[in-house]
Amino acid sequence: MTDHAQQLRTFIIENFLFGQAGGDGLCDTDSFLDKGIIDSTGMLELVAFLEKTYGIKVGDEEFVPENLDSIQNLVQFLGRKRAGAAGGA
Amino acid sequence: MQVEEFLEATARRFPDKIAVAAGEHRLTYAELTSRVRRLAGGLVKAGVGRGERVAIVLENSVDAVVAIFAVLKAGAVFVMLNPTIKSEKLTGVLNNCRGAALIAYARTVEALRAGGHETPHLRVVVLAGSEPARPGPDLPRLLAWDALVRPEQDSAIPGPKCIDVDLAALLYTSGSTGKPKGVMMTHLNLTSITQSIITYLELTSDDTILNVLPLSFGYGLTQVLMSAFMGCTLILERSFAYPAAILDRMTKERVTGFPLVSSISAILLQMDLRKWDLSRLRYITSAAAMLPVEHIRKLRELLPHMKIYSMYGLTECMRVTYLPPEQIDIRPSSVGKGMPNEQVYIVDEKGEEVGPGVTGELVIRGSNVMKGYWEAPEETARALRDGPYPWEKVLYSGDLFRMDEEGYLYFVARKDDIIKTRGEKVSPREVEDVLYGLPEVAEAAVVGVPDEILGSAIKAVLTLRNGATLSEQTVQRYCREHLEDFMVPKFVEFREELPKTTSGKIARRELGVSGGSSS
Repeated sequence: MTDHAQQLRTFIIENFLFGQAGGDGLCDTDSFLDKGIIDSTGMLELVAFLEKTYGIKVGDEEFVPENLDSIQNLVQFLGRKRAGAAGGA
Repeated sequence: MQVEEFLEATARRFPDKIAVAAGEHRLTYAELTSRVRRLAGGLVKAGVGRGERVAIVLENSVDAVVAIFAVLKAGAVFVMLNPTIKSEKLTGVLNNCRGAALIAYARTVEALRAGGHETPHLRVVVLAGSEPARPGPDLPRLLAWDALVRPEQDSAIPGPKCIDVDLAALLYTSGSTGKPKGVMMTHLNLTSITQSIITYLELTSDDTILNVLPLSFGYGLTQVLMSAFMGCTLILERSFAYPAAILDRMTKERVTGFPLVSSISAILLQMDLRKWDLSRLRYITSAAAMLPVEHIRKLRELLPHMKIYSMYGLTECMRVTYLPPEQIDIRPSSVGKGMPNEQVYIVDEKGEEVGPGVTGELVIRGSNVMKGYWEAPEETARALRDGPYPWEKVLYSGDLFRMDEEGYLYFVARKDDIIKTRGEKVSPREVEDVLYGLPEVAEAAVVGVPDEILGSAIKAVLTLRNGATLSEQTVQRYCREHLEDFMVPKFVEFREELPKTTSGKIARRELGVSGGSSS
């Protein structure tokens, strides 16, 4: 769980903040939308990263803030996706 | 009639109808006009006078709509800026227009203060949002939004009575010199533009528009004006980052109109749109950059009931043309003809009108044409020139077009090097000026490269000083600190030398860049 958080944080800081987390850092609960971190093309890059790194498929209807708008939401979303896959989907 | 008077007339017709919704916030027309009146009163009381400029740096929100109309109601001129604007540019704009007031969130105010540049004309700051800013001697008078819009403020002082040739807005746009220029729009300009668009979209008070475009962008701003004039419901979203959330909202709010740019249609077409009930969606519009014909074909297949309006505009007159939807299958690559109450034609190098099939510059005449660029007579003279009649100037668009035998227009190219990315104009010079701020950079050239989603992606090609090293990431980070998000280069390439013209200038057009990543 925390490994995912760290991995996601690194990806987001490297790719969207160009290596700089800013004055207050990036909290696990920070909304990417509120902080202006990820735009629509960035979101496509993030989802491509999720699919490649974690071997999941993000469905069209899953492109919502509840799943993707903070590191915490992403970690929980990954957890749900993997539980779903293990459940014999 | 004044722009804010249209809103007031609508509020008398539909007081209890939802005027604007964003996130969890919803305002009826009665609530919207009452907030507008109170905020306007607060601005007047704070000494903002007729014709003074008030900068607004707010995200797409109900507050942004309140702010626009409140500034007008106070008799002042609104200057809507992109919420990702950085302190250097904000200072530049505030000083250029001698802004008397600023309406912004604490983070913008703090960034402005941290920038340490003087803004001698700024007397009032209205703080929106929930975060406080530290008052201090370095800041002008600080007013809290919440205190200004409280119901007990309703006895507010009325603003001065303006007339329709008074200035309503300054819209800053990229210029080829790299310095943003303030496009001057009067109440009459905005009213005329809004009414023309309403006419051809056949908009009614039953329409609900969902807008994700920034309101600093003419195409986003017109959505606010159209909706207020007609009594539509306007749903504002901050971005298209979560397309499923937008589509959910479109279904839930029974959205009938959706303005988009090609980067949005590119994302939409990667999704399975059949998962959403879009049967209410009456029309989509496209402006800023042509929708690829392939997008149009696919959208027609997926949503055959929906009208597609292919349009073309520029900040200097907001909108120029639209293609009647019944023509979209016949000539999908055309942007149509001039909108109602406007005349357009194509001229050659000598300013002579040309006929079908000949490429030339598009010229616009009508009451939508701006009054000029704020205190920039030379640039104004290049854009507004003598036309066929002695009583008026006409607008030279800077865009090359051709016309078919039936008078439909086709965009050919821009005359200058301005890049269009995500539908927004970016001046290569403005980005290059920032890149030269990196001490390692010897030479910089910025160009647009084709990009499936963005239309054009921004690419910086750099040479470095002897012995200096720099990474793509460092360059992008530096740009992000100094430029609005959409101007940050997506790609950075380092070279030993850049091609030059015979006079020794960097020849952007000879860089020979095609693809994106090469670093």
